[in-house]
Amino acid sequence: MAEYLIKNGHVFDPVQGIKGDKADVAIKDGKIVDKVGSSAKVIDAKGMTVMAGAVEIHSHIAGPKVNLGRIYRPEDKLFSCTPTHGMERMGGGASIPTTFKTGYEYAKMGYTTAMEAAMPPLFSRHVHEEIRDTPIIDEGAYPVLGNNWFVLEYLRNHEVENTAAYIAWLLKVTKGYAVKVVNPGGTEAWAWGLNCLSIHDPVPYFDITPAQIVRGLIEANEYLGLPHSMHIHPNDLGNPGCYQTTLDTLALAEGLKTHNKFGREQVMHLTHTQFHSYKGTNWADFESGAKEVTDYVNAHKNITIDTGNVTLDETTTMTADGPFEHHLTGLNHLKWANVDVELETAAGVVPYIYSPNISVCAIQWAIGLEIPLMMKDGMRCYITTDHPNAGPFTRYPRVFKWLMSTKAREAQINAFKHKDKVLSQTSIGSLDREITFYELAQMTRAGPAKSLGLSAICGGLKPGMEADVAVYNIDPDKPIANPDDIEKAFSRCAAVFKSGVQVVSNGEIVSNGHKRTLWVDVKTKENAQVKRDISEKFVKYYSVTQNNYEALGHHFVPNPFAIEVDATQV
Amino acid sequence: MMETVTITMKNLPALYLEADNISPDVFAGKTAEQIAGLDVFEGNTTQTLGKYFEVTGKAGATAADTKIVVKGDVKKVKYLGFKMTAGEMLIEESADLYVGAWMKGGKITAKKNVAAFAGLAMKGGELNIEGDAGNYLGTAYRGDWRGMSGGKIHVKGNAGSDIGMYMKGGEIVIDGNIDVHPMTHAEGGRLVVKGNAKSKIGGQSLQGDIIIFGDIEVMMPGFKPVDTVELEIDGKKAKFSHFIGDMGERHKKKKGQVMYMNLYKKL
Repeated sequence: MAEYLIKNGHVFDPVQGIKGDKADVAIKDGKIVDKVGSSAKVIDAKGMTVMAGAVEIHSHIAGPKVNLGRIYRPEDKLFSCTPTHGMERMGGGASIPTTFKTGYEYAKMGYTTAMEAAMPPLFSRHVHEEIRDTPIIDEGAYPVLGNNWFVLEYLRNHEVENTAAYIAWLLKVTKGYAVKVVNPGGTEAWAWGLNCLSIHDPVPYFDITPAQIVRGLIEANEYLGLPHSMHIHPNDLGNPGCYQTTLDTLALAEGLKTHNKFGREQVMHLTHTQFHSYKGTNWADFESGAKEVTDYVNAHKNITIDTGNVTLDETTTMTADGPFEHHLTGLNHLKWANVDVELETAAGVVPYIYSPNISVCAIQWAIGLEIPLMMKDGMRCYITTDHPNAGPFTRYPRVFKWLMSTKAREAQINAFKHKDKVLSQTSIGSLDREITFYELAQMTRAGPAKSLGLSAICGGLKPGMEADVAVYNIDPDKPIANPDDIEKAFSRCAAVFKSGVQVVSNGEIVSNGHKRTLWVDVKTKENAQVKRDISEKFVKYYSVTQNNYEALGHHFVPNPFAIEVDATQV
Repeated sequence: MMETVTITMKNLPALYLEADNISPDVFAGKTAEQIAGLDVFEGNTTQTLGKYFEVTGKAGATAADTKIVVKGDVKKVKYLGFKMTAGEMLIEESADLYVGAWMKGGKITAKKNVAAFAGLAMKGGELNIEGDAGNYLGTAYRGDWRGMSGGKIHVKGNAGSDIGMYMKGGEIVIDGNIDVHPMTHAEGGRLVVKGNAKSKIGGQSLQGDIIIFGDIEVMMPGFKPVDTVELEIDGKKAKFSHFIGDMGERHKKKKGQVMYMNLYKKL
């Protein structure tokens, strides 16, 4: 493999504590190395910023609900198609891009790893077919477990060991990466026309509460010692006053410690925190609860979060929180699609326009920025847009601009129709913190990689790690005259390397790389009861046989990268 | 000063041509040679306009100063007048899909027929069709909920089905007859049909006006008779039965009053 030397760039690497020093980054055989030979190809990064490839911890980019969005929103592709050019195949879509466009757009912004945040286990084959067709970036997928009948039945009796054995089996057959929980119990309640809006609302028929599900799944996750923690979208998303349910959910992790060999420190990851940080009692007195939520997270080291920044775009919301999407279509009267996934989960899809002229949208924008600006530790707070729910991932450079420049934030606040309301209902106007390049590297690279248990592999530039490197055409030593320069630089990298292969040069795709599927292979003790329960459920309830369930072989996972976990000695 | 560009079909394409560059906005400020060099798409190949059309005359400095005359067989040419904001276009023969789609201003006159999706999501300007119009006249793009919101469409002949779907504003006048499903999901705007209408008139519509001079083959059960009114259309007064609907849908309140789709059927 070719050797590269990225010379004289300003390097930001929280893994090694490098804060913008001029340094060279050497690449050999797909890894970062101390030095390379004189024949190495030199990339001149003088006056540029060098970081590890960025890591996306929560995004909806593959699978049935993403594709349902693509199918029922042809208008999303209107005027957003790019024809075949150079290495790139044709692509299209603004909020729900085609798989190829998804891979290209992430790579051009310097992202080299991305996690699909909600895989319905029954449709894991579809998820993996789309992952396979998304070039360049390494991807993993989180199977959703918070409304799964096996989990509900085991945890009703607090059978943590059986839950863990089931999770290990499920990760293996779906080639999954982590335990995802969406509106615990609420999505199952939705199948009965109901919802769970607090952590103590009982789930119909199953006689269990969201609190029991969350606590039990954390325990099962730590019993196995998985690379990532339980990853949660709590109950009561998106409603005024929901911050209280969020705090109740976070408190379920109180006193719980992690048990893993991957360097992960948290036991709970709270996703798209913006949607869960609302105070007020209705949409008229709606206000930010970012302070309450971040105060709690700042004080509790066993929790990590991501932001879910609203980007003020027309987008497509999609979630396994079925009842929420029904609620949303009642608010905006736009088209609604709903899917039930047998004994596992559900999903809903509704288009949404975050208009700068609507006060609620502008306040949501402000809350999304308050959260990272109020978080003390960049290693525990990661930038996401919950793509495509709060906005398309292609807007990350714009979110970075707002976070890195008070001037850019002020300009946006002044452009809001209800500026006074934004200032009175949030504290965005009084926050003068500007996220530094180093903090940005924590929030988009080292932090999410550590939370995912991948800190030995990616998110840093330490010799021995994967050679995932992004070079941005912006000089961190020079004062930024125009905040738009930040957005421009982070939109199109000067160079990107994925596992040592140059995939982007001057903002253009130059290689499709060797994309891998990350999954977690857990070895457990034989568990005859769980084995029998699984085969019984397939015979009695599933619409497919157990033999047709597994995502197996070259067609679905052509280039697997398994992370091994041994839980046989627990 | 108004200048005229004439484009005349000389080599018929084997496939359909996607000619979204044929508009006063794109032609403005260009010579005949430059216009002949503009891109058109035949299937998945990119070609030049000059391969199919003979281009004479020249464009004005701005779109408003540019008139385009389209001559010859354009039954396989799509997107004539796409996104135009000003100026004029005269289409002498029948054209394919998307005539005047996303049009914002100016005037298009089609001397013969136009196929489906003419005036799609139109925001302003005038679209006059002297022959017949196809289906989906003045509607929203597939999947979208934002249909025609301004401007005026006049069809001297008949129009097809699903016209004015998701209409929000502007006016469509049909001198002849129409097929099924006019003004489905409409949230505003006005449709006048001088001839006959078939069925499912204003199904799932929220707001707007539909005026039918001829017969309605089957009325929607979701429309409720309220009164008889006298309306003046094109300077002529006549009496109409007035219905409101679609009663199965949500209806907004404006100044304390519930807003409905009004359906007027000439007595």
